[in-house]
Amino acid sequence: MKPIATTRSATGIPTGRLAVWWVIASEIVIFGGLLASYVMHRIGHPEFGDYAANTATWIGATNTFVLLTSSLSAVLAHQAAEKGDGPTAFKYLWGTFFGGLCFVVIKSYEWTMEISHGFVITTNAFWSFYYTAAGLHACHVIGGMAIMAIISNDVKNNRELQRVELIGNYWHFVDIVWIFLFPLLYIAK
Amino acid sequence: MAEPAQHAHPEHGDAHGHDHAHDHHDPGFVQKYLWSTDHKMIAMQYMFTGMAMALIGGYFAYCFRMNLAYPGMTIPFYGQMNASEYNALVTNHGTIMIFWVAMPVLIAAFGNYLIPLMIGCDDMVFPRINRLSYQIFLLSAIVLVASFFVENGGFAGAWTAYPPLSAKSQYNNTPLGAPMWVIAVALEFIAFLLGGINFVTTAMNSRAPGMKMFDIPIVVWMIVIASILFMASVGPLIAGAVMLCFDQTIHTGFFDPDKGGDPVLWQHLFWFFGHPEVYVVLLPAIGIVADVITVFSRKKLFAYKTVLFTTFATGLLSFFVWAHHQFISGVDPRMANVFTVTTVLISVPIAEMIFVYIATLYGGSITLTTPMLWALSFLFSFIIGGVTGIFLGASGADVYFHDTYFVLAHFHYTFVPIAILAVFCGVTYWYPKMFGRMMNETLGKIHFWGTFIPFNGIFIPLFMLGLAGQHRRIWSYENFPELARPEMYELRHFATVSLVIMLLFQFVFIFNFFWSLVKGKPAGGNPWQANTLEWTTDETPPGHGNWKDLPTCYRGPYEYSVPGREQDYWPQNQPS
Repeated sequence: MKPIATTRSATGIPTGRLAVWWVIASEIVIFGGLLASYVMHRIGHPEFGDYAANTATWIGATNTFVLLTSSLSAVLAHQAAEKGDGPTAFKYLWGTFFGGLCFVVIKSYEWTMEISHGFVITTNAFWSFYYTAAGLHACHVIGGMAIMAIISNDVKNNRELQRVELIGNYWHFVDIVWIFLFPLLYIAK
Repeated sequence: MAEPAQHAHPEHGDAHGHDHAHDHHDPGFVQKYLWSTDHKMIAMQYMFTGMAMALIGGYFAYCFRMNLAYPGMTIPFYGQMNASEYNALVTNHGTIMIFWVAMPVLIAAFGNYLIPLMIGCDDMVFPRINRLSYQIFLLSAIVLVASFFVENGGFAGAWTAYPPLSAKSQYNNTPLGAPMWVIAVALEFIAFLLGGINFVTTAMNSRAPGMKMFDIPIVVWMIVIASILFMASVGPLIAGAVMLCFDQTIHTGFFDPDKGGDPVLWQHLFWFFGHPEVYVVLLPAIGIVADVITVFSRKKLFAYKTVLFTTFATGLLSFFVWAHHQFISGVDPRMANVFTVTTVLISVPIAEMIFVYIATLYGGSITLTTPMLWALSFLFSFIIGGVTGIFLGASGADVYFHDTYFVLAHFHYTFVPIAILAVFCGVTYWYPKMFGRMMNETLGKIHFWGTFIPFNGIFIPLFMLGLAGQHRRIWSYENFPELARPEMYELRHFATVSLVIMLLFQFVFIFNFFWSLVKGKPAGGNPWQANTLEWTTDETPPGHGNWKDLPTCYRGPYEYSVPGREQDYWPQNQPS
C-alpha cells in the first residue's frame, strides 16, 4: 500500500522524476569534485600529458560510441513507454543494457592491457585519477544496468512505465560524465 | 507552484480507504521496530542511535579531558592512557559528535518525524528508501564502533583527517582503524544523501492542500535547505574519501607528493564540505529554536520571509568560505583576503537571524518552559560562538589563533548549542507528541541548568588557555614547560570538572526521559497550544498514517495572539 504522500504533486512534477533530478544533482557534485581535483593537478603537472599519451584513445573512442548508442536505445524505450507500449520499451531497455555490457567488456580489455604494460593505479597520481574516475564511472554504468534489469519485468507487463523515463535520465547523465572523462583522461595530451 | 487545493476532495476519500486497509494487520516486533517504513519509527531509530553514539562521544571527551587535566593518572572507568589512545579518542570524539550525533538527530530524526507531520501527509514519499537510509546509517555506526576493536585501535589521524597523517599508517599508527573510519564516514554520507533526497522531494511535492511555500514551518524549511546544502557540498568529499581510502589501502598517489599528488587537495575537498556542513547542522537547530520561541512567546515569528531569504544567502555564501580553515596551509595570501571578506560577510545573515528571534521575543508573553530555556540558551551561546568566529575568520588574527584551544572553544560554542542545546530543545518540545506524555518540568529544569552552566564552565577556560597559546592535539602538556604552568593546570582542572558535572547531569535527562514514558502526565493532542499541523493529529502519539483525514492548510504557522480572536493561537488546519 502506497502512502498518500507518494501520490501528491504540489510542484506539478512527478515525485519520481523530481527525486531522480536530485540524485543526478548530487552525483554531479561527486564527479565534479573528482574532475575538478584532476583538472587542478593536470594544470600543475605538465608531465600528466606524457602519461596520458599511454592511454588507448581508439578504445576510449569506441566506448564513447557504444555508450552514446546505448543512450539512443534508452530514448527509444522512453518513446515506447510514453505510448504505453511496455513490450517494446522492454526490448529497448535490454538494448541499452547490452550497450552498457559492451562498454564494460571493452573497458575490462583496455584495463587488462594497460595493467599488463605496467600502468597500474599506484604508478603515479595520473594513473590513480585515471583508474579511480573511470572506475567510479563504470560502477555507475553497472548500477544503471542492474536497475534496468530489475525494472524490465514490470515494464514488459505495462506496470510502472514512468520508470523507463527515470532510468533513461540517469543513463544520459552517466553518458555525459563519460563525455567529460574521455577528453580529460585520453585526449588532453 | 501549482495550486494543490483542487486535489483536496478525492484525496480525503483515499485516506479513508488507506486507513482501513491498515487496521487489519498487526505487525510483529521486527516489522514494527526494526523493519518499519513508517517515518516516525525511522525517526526514533535515528534518535536513539544518535543518543547512544552521544554517550560514546561524551565518554571519550571525559577520558581525554581527564588525561589533559591530570596527566599520568589512572582514569576511573578507563585506566592509563597513552598518546595513541589519546589521538584515537579525540579523533573519534569529533567524528562521532558531528556525523553520528548532530547529523542523525538534528536532520534525520527531526526531519523524519517532523516533515510529514508538519506538512500534513502520511509518510515520506519514498518510505523504503527511508528505511534503507537508516540501515546504511546503522551499518556506518557499526563499522565505526568496530574500528575501536581492531588491531592498534580506532583511527588516530584527527577528525579532519589531513594527509599524510591520515594516509600513511606509519604516521597515524592505525593501519586498520584509518580505512574503517573513512568507510564509515562514506557510508554515513550515502545514508544522508538518500535521506536528504527523500526530505526535499517530500517537502516539495507532498504538502497538505492549501499549504503554500510561505505556510511551511521554518523548521521544515531549514531541514530541507540543510539537506540541499549537504547534497551540494558532500560530493567532493565522497570522491575525496574514495581517494583517501585508496591512498591508505593500496597506496595510490592522490595526496602523496612523491607520486605527483598534493596533500592540500584533501584540505580543499574536506573544507569545501566541512564549512557548509556547519550550516547543515546549524539550520535545523535554528529552525527548532524558531518554532519553540514563537510558541512560548505567543507571537508571530518576526519577519518569516527575512529568515528564509537570509537562510538562502547563508547557504550560498557557505560555499565560498572554506579556505578560512587553511590560512596557514600555504594558500595564497591574496586568496586569504578574499576568504576573510566572505567569512566576515557570512556572519551578517546569521546575526540577522538572531536579531529576528530577539525581535520575536520582544513584547511577547514569554513562558519559561524547559524547551524555551533551551531555545534561549541556544541564542545566548551561539552569539558567543559567532562573535569569537570573527577573530578566526580574519586571516591576520587567525595566524596566531590557528590550532589553539581558542579555535576549539569557538567551535564548541557553536556545536554545543547546535547538537546539545537545540537537540534538547527539540526533544523536550516534541516529546509530548512523540510519546503522548509530558516530561517532568522540574527535572527538565534541573537538567537544563546542570548542562548549561557547566557547558560555559568547560569552554570559557579553554578560550583563556587558547589565548595563552595552548596548542590542540597534544596528549600531555608535561613535555612543554611553557604550557605546564600551575595556573594553566588550574584552568584545565576547572574545565574537566565542569565536564564531569555536565555529564553527570545527563543522567537526570535519561531518567526523566524513561520515567516520563510511563509516569508522565498524559499530554493530550496539543499541550503547548501550538499552530503547526503535527499538533492536530487524531491520536497522540500519531498512529500509522498520522491522520484519518489528511488535513488541509488554511494559513501560515505562526498566527499567535491574532487580535479579535478568543484563543491566542490559530491552528493551520482550522477553517477561517
